[in-house]
Amino acid sequence: MKEQPPEVRRHNFDEVPYGYTPEEAIAEAQRCLKCKKPSCVDGCPVQVDIPGFIAQIAQGNFLEAMRIMKRTNVLPAICGRVCPQEVQCEGACILGKKMEPVAIGNLERFIADWEATQPECVMCEIKPSTGKRVAVVGCGPAGLTVAGDMRKFGHDVTIFEALHRPGGVLMYGIPEFRLPKAVVEREVNFVRSMGVKIELDYVVGKLKTIDELLLNFDAVFIGTGAGLPLFMSIPGENYLGVYSANEYLTRSNLMKAYLFPKYDTPIVRGKRVAVIGGGNVAMDAARTALRLGAERSILIYRRSRNEMPARAAEIHHAEEEGVEFMLLTNPVRYIADGNGWVKEVECLRMELGEPDASGRRRPVPVSGSEFRIEVDTVVVAIGNSPNPLIPQTTPGLETGKKGTVVCDLKTGRTTKKGVFAGGDIVTGAATVILAMGAGRIAAGSMDDYLRTGVW
Amino acid sequence: MVMILKKQILGPGVKRFELTAPEIARKALPGQFVVLRINEEGERIPLTIADARPDEGVLVIVFQEVGKTTMLLGTLNEGDEIMDLIGPLGKPSEIEKFGTVACVAGGVGTPEIYPVARALKQAGNRVIGIIGFRNKDLILMEDEMKEVVDELIVATDDGSNGNKGLVTDMLERVIERGEKIDRCFAVGPVIMMKMVSLLTKKYNIPTVVSLNPIMLDATGMCGVCRVEVDGQTKFACVDGPEFDGHKVNFDLLMARLKTYVKEEREAVEIFQKECGCERGSRG
Repeated sequence: MKEQPPEVRRHNFDEVPYGYTPEEAIAEAQRCLKCKKPSCVDGCPVQVDIPGFIAQIAQGNFLEAMRIMKRTNVLPAICGRVCPQEVQCEGACILGKKMEPVAIGNLERFIADWEATQPECVMCEIKPSTGKRVAVVGCGPAGLTVAGDMRKFGHDVTIFEALHRPGGVLMYGIPEFRLPKAVVEREVNFVRSMGVKIELDYVVGKLKTIDELLLNFDAVFIGTGAGLPLFMSIPGENYLGVYSANEYLTRSNLMKAYLFPKYDTPIVRGKRVAVIGGGNVAMDAARTALRLGAERSILIYRRSRNEMPARAAEIHHAEEEGVEFMLLTNPVRYIADGNGWVKEVECLRMELGEPDASGRRRPVPVSGSEFRIEVDTVVVAIGNSPNPLIPQTTPGLETGKKGTVVCDLKTGRTTKKGVFAGGDIVTGAATVILAMGAGRIAAGSMDDYLRTGVW
Repeated sequence: MVMILKKQILGPGVKRFELTAPEIARKALPGQFVVLRINEEGERIPLTIADARPDEGVLVIVFQEVGKTTMLLGTLNEGDEIMDLIGPLGKPSEIEKFGTVACVAGGVGTPEIYPVARALKQAGNRVIGIIGFRNKDLILMEDEMKEVVDELIVATDDGSNGNKGLVTDMLERVIERGEKIDRCFAVGPVIMMKMVSLLTKKYNIPTVVSLNPIMLDATGMCGVCRVEVDGQTKFACVDGPEFDGHKVNFDLLMARLKTYVKEEREAVEIFQKECGCERGSRG
């Protein structure tokens, strides 16, 4: 797929790939072998009928392709952009063994964007009203999927979102250049058009507890994500200019600080930015720093490139744009100027030792290898843990060691009757599509519960 | 959307709004705060809840015009709407019967400590209110405070109200006259809360301060509000905003509050140029 050249895009927030033309999409779709046993579908957490929609694109029947898509996925424009297809559908594509797999993600994105240019969009079939009411807490990928599915089953659905805009991490976390906010709004509006109500500015755990919701709703789904930023607890982490990735990205994405002063929220436009971490969020932050005018955007990661959790495509994009990778390096403390602003980060070189619990080789510090890097901004992107607001205010809801909500992964049922959960609040920080997969599973068993009353 | 039902000017650049917010009003407790965003381009700012009347669905905020957002807020009038209001946030004040309690506030800290003082009084405490201002023209809510405390001391930095001194001077006088104070609550500028805490530490009086760091989501998601308490990093939005004043690193808080000084100045200059006024509208 054609993209903005790196030298151009590192200075703007516009989306990186341009998307297919209809001719390109048809040509790509025609590469599909139409396998009898399509392994791509098994690789998809929400079981999209991939050969089905691709066959329609190949014939130029975009509308029908979209109809097939929406049976299983109401967020295709989002998934087409942010799913890690290389380890899911495309990773399982037979063509991939000899050549490039079918670009399933790009095709998914294409039909969703094509639909947006049409006068009307494909509606989902919605079953007659069951009279049951469902509350969904959190309007991120898991919540939106549950809401869409439960609505299709005929239930009355209300989503409660703490922030002032719907979308969760899709809105506050993932940058505009990777997932335009207009695309998120479009798909959220589609979920709304199905009849799902969305209450914004509604902090469940504060304004109402889960128990209070259960007085008015027959079942509750908790999809509040992993929103609590982790820090390293090293000296100087509270100096001015040290951000969590959540703060940095929320300012830029949700609050549009990159448009300051047209928008009121400020952000530090650092010239020398260090981003700590090696995941997708770290890549997003490092690339955002460039777009905010950084002369150097340095990614500091304690393991080697092979262990980086980020998608290969994101690493590639970041590198193309000029993000410098400082691998096998770990910050140990920050040094500030007289006003408390960070001015240097002191790091240690690392080497890889024996594999740890994650199966990746454990980074071990090289003693005496301390060195300093001059910086004026630091973004800590080492992960998030679940937000404790709901677990703390919900008696009977069991949580695990890391603050995750305990639930049966096959059904999404928690330890509290009528309450389901899924996504990052259960698994810890993972991907959009895994959260959607968990939402799909929870919706199925929630529907069973509402119909049978059996817990 | 939230509507402004009533607007009052309490003093120069200090305004009081009554807002329609039935659900928040029903849940709000002393010490908690809300976040508001005026319009689509607006930033999210935290404001302490100054009062709530759940029966009428009314929530009260008091704010001082210090930056662009509060200046713009000050130009709004009765009947105008605010796009987003989120709350109640933060942990409520710990209200119980302590005995004698000193409620110390500086400037706009006064409307913020008002509901706390009232709740403490209702819980059976003897409450001594100490409120301080730069001069007598800036005195806020003297009558309202008088109604909810047993004794009210109003001080001015320049002595223009006939009682010259800082709130710490007044508090020390109260202590020295032999009053046994079991707990102190302090709300106001960071330097004031720091000085109060240093004083009460000397006399071993447990002291609660309400911190006002920069916030963004204010639900624990971003960490911009991190403060150091007893050497530990805490998020003021979810772990606070009230903390043990004897353990807070006030200097760090003061430094962090200056993160966006440059941007704030720029925003104010643009705003004043656009609206052609010095400090929002005083009307």
